Amino acid sequence: MRYNLILAAVVAFVVLAAGSVVLPDWAMFLFAMALAKGLVCLGIVGMMRGGVVSFGQGLYYCLGAYTATLVANNFGVSDIFLLTLLSAAVCLLVGMAFGPLLSNYRGIFFAMLSLALSMVLYGSLSKMSFIGGTDGLNIAAPTFLGWAPEGRALQTALYIYVVAIVVIAGTLMRVYFDSERGLITLATRDNELRVEYLGASVRNVMTYNYVFGAVLGGIGGTIAALALGHVDPEFAFWTTSGEFVFVAILAGFLSVPSVFVAAIILELVRSFSNLYFPNTWQLALGIFLLVVIIVLPNGLGSLVKRRKGKAA
Amino acid sequence: MMKSKIGGALAATALATCMAGPATAADDTFKIGVITFLSGQAAESFGVPAWNGGKLLVDMLNEGGKLPAPYDKMGFGGMKIEAVIVDEAGGATKQVQEFRNLVQREEVDAVVGYVSSGDCLAIPPVADELKAFTILYDCGTPRVFEDGSYEYVFRTAAHATMDNVSLARYLKSRSFDVPSFAGLNQDYAWGQDSWADFTGAMKQLYPDAEVKTALFPKFGAGQYGTEISALLREKPALVHSSNWGGDLQGFLIQATARGLHKRAQLALAAGDHVIPQLQDKMPDGIFLGARGVNGLAAHARGGELKELTDTMWDAYEVEYNTFPVQAPFRMWQALFGLKTAVEKAMADNGGTKPTSEELAAAMKGLSWDAPSGRIEMALAGGHQAIQPNAIGTTKWNADAGEMELVDVEYYAARCVNPPEGMKSQDWLAQGFPGAECD
Repeated sequence: MRYNLILAAVVAFVVLAAGSVVLPDWAMFLFAMALAKGLVCLGIVGMMRGGVVSFGQGLYYCLGAYTATLVANNFGVSDIFLLTLLSAAVCLLVGMAFGPLLSNYRGIFFAMLSLALSMVLYGSLSKMSFIGGTDGLNIAAPTFLGWAPEGRALQTALYIYVVAIVVIAGTLMRVYFDSERGLITLATRDNELRVEYLGASVRNVMTYNYVFGAVLGGIGGTIAALALGHVDPEFAFWTTSGEFVFVAILAGFLSVPSVFVAAIILELVRSFSNLYFPNTWQLALGIFLLVVIIVLPNGLGSLVKRRKGKAA
Repeated sequence: MMKSKIGGALAATALATCMAGPATAADDTFKIGVITFLSGQAAESFGVPAWNGGKLLVDMLNEGGKLPAPYDKMGFGGMKIEAVIVDEAGGATKQVQEFRNLVQREEVDAVVGYVSSGDCLAIPPVADELKAFTILYDCGTPRVFEDGSYEYVFRTAAHATMDNVSLARYLKSRSFDVPSFAGLNQDYAWGQDSWADFTGAMKQLYPDAEVKTALFPKFGAGQYGTEISALLREKPALVHSSNWGGDLQGFLIQATARGLHKRAQLALAAGDHVIPQLQDKMPDGIFLGARGVNGLAAHARGGELKELTDTMWDAYEVEYNTFPVQAPFRMWQALFGLKTAVEKAMADNGGTKPTSEELAAAMKGLSWDAPSGRIEMALAGGHQAIQPNAIGTTKWNADAGEMELVDVEYYAARCVNPPEGMKSQDWLAQGFPGAECD
């Protein structure tokens, strides 16, 4: 099992990294953004396995993005590794502060509370005109351990970086999902009471899932900010969080790679509907979402599971 | 499990790559990417009229000979203009992505776009990275070129400081007594910056005026009952607002119902674009600007540019059955500027289609005539335009059944815009040094 997983991770990395050679510039950027957002969605999927959905992952996405931007602008740090680590650390701390509180809630209460937290951040950032208010801030292109690439090289470096993080995070999350605590999460989804009677702490498990989601959100936000070169409070707005939830629903909670596939599909559909139907791209996107929800209620991941005929 | 997912990813990649190859624009076409709001809050008041105007102009140029000289030549230097339209709704993240798609996938020769200030701040670094010639046609924030400098990015409209300096000057030149004033502005960067600009200008021109209250209702609030009550209670002599779109319409309808316009003078920084919707519900006697000599003020101006302005005005009225407000004017000045730059670059390079570098070199410091007046790329090393402005007073003409702008004052570009190398806020704080007013 472990051996297969490592092999799969290596294969995934090689295949995705090959994208840096075959993909045209615009597609490489689109894939990098999709994968960065996919990281945030992976956090939501982790919570979804326990039967809760966070409508506020924009909080960590935004927090990560702003942490990186403010540190980069105020302290002149441009190293992507350092910025990612710092953002992840900040999100870890914030996640640890809110995790225990939110882990008491389920269903709509969990969704709304997490949403409320992200909207508090949105509101606060919008008011802070000294860091750009609603217009946001720019962040310079990152360096990679002192190397400062430009043009296609920069895009390639960013892309490989996000691919590496996606593969590592995906593998770790798969290991976590299959671990004892990960399986308890799955059991909680079916019957919380029984899990408690068996002696496991549901609250504890939920907190872990939330904190992992926070860190993944922060990393996703940092990479997105560095790729875009701009952050604004919209990162924490509910529509951004809603998009993450949509990707998570599109992917389903059964498979890790499907999260990233779903994120890429959504970006592609959006980009092309925007180009071909500039006046009605939201309609095109909406119809696509509707079709997916009707045809695949358990997400893309269920396609694979159904064929293999066994549970995770 | 993982492998079949990889298969899925590969399929998606293949799909994307296949769809990635649209025909590269030939040498006899000049392809522009146009980004403007086609949905959401800013669509009805800015995005849609702007592109209605743009589409009209592109058609007229492609036909050739429809416009007075020097714009009577077909297309851009004889090249047919082809436009790819993108909706600006969806936030800066989406815009950066779409910008890359336009430049790298659609291979446009120039990008003209952006109403939202957030988008205008996000795009320039990417434009420089991709070496893509880009014109910002509408957004107002001075920060674009005051906080940064770019090689391939130009803004063909004046930034927002001009609007509020003109308003303050209008009050002064009409000897309007302002013992006190208050503000009602949308609670986001645009509203806060506009209020800061207005108070900054008023501090210089009316140092004794007392600021009664500064209200910042939420963007898109729609309901202003509480704010109107507060304004009625505070009794300021003047109420300043930079609201726009549905927010401005809502505020005006609710304020006039309660007689606010009779107790205080209303001064609107960007108010002209709600006239077609409000018609006679727009009260008389409002001081308003159109962020440039645009709309009604341009039509009333006459002078040397009358033929150009009237040609565009009449064509727009015939096509869309309403008069052009500020947004199409700004689109026109961007496209006329682009045409001038393309033709200048072609005159320099022997008549071939100009590259981004050649376009940028031609655009730097350029000046040209537009229906809104003489546009000069005079700030930020030739990348930021200044333009003349106008403020007028609304008056309903019952016989004609249309709104008129009376007592219009025109301000020279160098009177209401900061000089080169000076930040707007410093210029206001120091009392407009270098301003050249007649």
